[in-house]
Amino acid sequence: MTLNPTIFTPLLIISLGVFAWGCWRRFSLVALGTAENRFDNVGARVGEMLLYAFGQKRVLAKPFGLNHFVIFWSFIILLVSNTEFLLHGVFPSISLSRLPDGIYFPLLLVIDIVSLLALVAVVIAVARRIIAPPYPEGRTIEAFFILALIATLMMANFGINAARIVRLPVNYLVIARTYMPVSSVVAGLIPRPAGALAFAVSWWAHAAALLVFMCYLPNSKHMHILTAIPNCFFRRLEKPNTQPREEFSGGNTFGVARADRFTWKDLLDSMACTECGRCQNVCPATTTGKPLNPRAVVHDIKVNLLKNGTLLKKRATPAKPLIGEGGEGSVTEEVIWGCTTCGACMEACPVFIEQMPKIVKMRRHLVETEARFPEELLNLFENMEGRSNPWGIAPSERTKWCAQMEAKPFDKNTTEYLFFVGCAGSFDSRSKHVSAALAQLLDKAGVSWGILGKDEKCCGDSLRRLGNEYVFDRMAKENVRDFTERGVRKVITQCPHCFSTLKNDYKQYGLDLEVVHHSEFLRNLVQDGYLKLNGTSSELGAVVFHDSCYLGRHNGVYDAPREVIELATGAAPSEMGRNRANAFCCGAGGGRMWMEENTGERINLNRVREALEEKPDTICVSCPYCLTMFEDGLKDVKADNVKVRDVAEVLAEAALK
Amino acid sequence: MLVVACIKQVPDTTQVQIDPVTNTLVREGIPFIVNPYDTHALEEALRLKDRFGCKVAAISMGPPNAEATLRKALALGVDTAILLSDRVFGGADTLATSNVLAAAIRKLHAEVDEVGLVLCGKQTIDGDTAQVGPGIATRLAYQQLTLVDRIDNLDVAGKRIRVSRKLEGRHELVEAPLPAMLTVVRELNRPRYPRVPMRLAAADALVAVWNNEFLKLDEQSVGLKGSPTWVTKIFSPERDKGEIIGDGYGDPAGTAAMLIDKLLAKDMLPL
Repeated sequence: MTLNPTIFTPLLIISLGVFAWGCWRRFSLVALGTAENRFDNVGARVGEMLLYAFGQKRVLAKPFGLNHFVIFWSFIILLVSNTEFLLHGVFPSISLSRLPDGIYFPLLLVIDIVSLLALVAVVIAVARRIIAPPYPEGRTIEAFFILALIATLMMANFGINAARIVRLPVNYLVIARTYMPVSSVVAGLIPRPAGALAFAVSWWAHAAALLVFMCYLPNSKHMHILTAIPNCFFRRLEKPNTQPREEFSGGNTFGVARADRFTWKDLLDSMACTECGRCQNVCPATTTGKPLNPRAVVHDIKVNLLKNGTLLKKRATPAKPLIGEGGEGSVTEEVIWGCTTCGACMEACPVFIEQMPKIVKMRRHLVETEARFPEELLNLFENMEGRSNPWGIAPSERTKWCAQMEAKPFDKNTTEYLFFVGCAGSFDSRSKHVSAALAQLLDKAGVSWGILGKDEKCCGDSLRRLGNEYVFDRMAKENVRDFTERGVRKVITQCPHCFSTLKNDYKQYGLDLEVVHHSEFLRNLVQDGYLKLNGTSSELGAVVFHDSCYLGRHNGVYDAPREVIELATGAAPSEMGRNRANAFCCGAGGGRMWMEENTGERINLNRVREALEEKPDTICVSCPYCLTMFEDGLKDVKADNVKVRDVAEVLAEAALK
Repeated sequence: MLVVACIKQVPDTTQVQIDPVTNTLVREGIPFIVNPYDTHALEEALRLKDRFGCKVAAISMGPPNAEATLRKALALGVDTAILLSDRVFGGADTLATSNVLAAAIRKLHAEVDEVGLVLCGKQTIDGDTAQVGPGIATRLAYQQLTLVDRIDNLDVAGKRIRVSRKLEGRHELVEAPLPAMLTVVRELNRPRYPRVPMRLAAADALVAVWNNEFLKLDEQSVGLKGSPTWVTKIFSPERDKGEIIGDGYGDPAGTAAMLIDKLLAKDMLPL
């Protein structure tokens, strides 16, 4: 036997040292982040961790997820044999074989099978990276290196066991074949005299691979093996799109311009990313050729933290800028402004990394501390502050949409619902029709509703997503005070951005409203019999439905608009390839509505082309931004024979004709 | 060198309506804004501060609530903000206003620093007279450069300035000795956006209030008493409905020709 504790023990100690040092280095950098409470609700957190980390629920959502599932569980199971291997190397008397046969033999079988499964999974992973990598830049030396290490571990494991089998007395071979079927096959390839050599080579190969893996792990993206599980535990339980408030008092900093101003969880995210690329494959900016890539943003934050680590620990000025043209480790301003806050990245991430909130934090720095932003936004910001709407139109014009009908002012004693019309619904010439259709439907169903009229103010959604938290804060406080004073409790919105802001963001200001999006409200009116339909309408032809990010992904409302369409037309709408949680943004969220889009393919055109593949007569939307983006997009691709309708208009076809 | 930016709080005129009975502006509930032209004057003063290290003072004559306008100026980075406010200043026309502003500038010149430049918007959006800036220049005997759309050079040591004036159909390049009063047009610059730390500081900063006890002007030269102008009536001019001619989509060239003929017939094209 060539097992030699006097050589192996020092090597193990060195490797453990490197491992511990690597872990300490990275975790001590994570600890530089600002405070954030992710320790509440432990029960729910454990549940999420079991489901998503150990159950690999999101990993399994994609075809190759199964491959990862196999490798993950192989690792967990082989922890037993690998721990034994390390201990055995130092103290040869420690061995699993000391276990009772009833446990030992089945364990051998499990290890043998699991090792084979892991090896197959690794081979598939290698082939995938050669033939069709998850994303082109994903074909890295690092990826092949780690796969080669895992393969070496598995093959060496078979080698060790096979060499043992070769030297077994013949009467043991049946047991070996039963409990180590794969290793027995490998044993057939080893001539009996070479048994000792095969054992030594395999053992040291296994030892080398394990120790190299140990040293390499905390110094590479494969650290996710250590961080992904806690990252699922620490996931944000509330909606990650509802960004935390800022405290506006002198001496505070606003937003993030250096890595240690992120929270510890933001920094842990950067260490939990194994660069699978699922976020970038669903990102509307990346997909259409813009410089923003959510994976790269998280990667750059990590690199920035590692490069500036020494300085940051001394709380000194970092050498590498977090925001700017610093190459790897810096995030450019164009990247920061490219985000539509659609949340597709966060929905896709198997380990709940929160890419988008980090971008908003950097936007906050640019807007609030530097007053630096794309010049189109200056008008928006001033219009919002001066006239509480994005276009700077006089508030007295807010009621023009209902000039032809009666719209009562909201009065808490006589009105049940506030119809919060929203800026688009009040001022945008196309969306005004949606407001009118919705108002008529509400009247027909006998709903008690009222409006704030010229006193309605913008909810502030675009400002918050654009990082202008200061002005958002003021507008939110004004709205919350108004709603409270007027006794508003139930609100209907026709805009998912108002919906999400009133429902989720204003909660941070102590206002707990019952907010309902018109698609849900209308569905309930029909289903509960308040709104009678005169049969169904075929006026709109074939309908395809587009999910709004702020209604769908950010608030989980997927079925209501589809049900409204089905009630109105008698048929479920057709679906685009990317739908529901995987739907593709129209391009207008996150304040992108107010900015130019000069790089790459236009996001709305990408989505319009996808919709047109379904050969629709009508594209149905549930958001005024989507409405604008689709109508513009259809004009651009010269397909304006296809109509765009809001769900309220679709229902109006059946209910009001 | 001190640069003085004169700014005025005005009602947001896009939201102002005229009372059809009394023919006066309905000002109730109308938000106030900084006169848009003045924001460009203020921005240019701040740019001169950035480029040449000048100090900037913002002054405004108005009721006590005009302090909000000066806080905005502080948030943008002015060094000193002074509100000229006194009951006797009320009801002032452009002459009386320029008397008060000129007196304040004299005071700044004597007590703070040598004033080199006074910057005003070309006019306000409520009065639209464009007289206050020139009035100040006249009372202070400063060089008067109106409608400036570019400052080419400021020679602080040599006390000279060279600007471009935007006139109808042409630009005029003018050089003048300091001190000078400039009125500015919107093309001059893009006003900056306030940074939050500055806004927070501005909320606590001191806005000095100078009243007439301090300025000691003859009461006959300020406010209503010092104003020879009387407004007898404000009204919206009746406007004839326009007409739609031709079909711009179907026949753009023919429609353009029709338009030209019409304008020629009315002698509205200088040919």
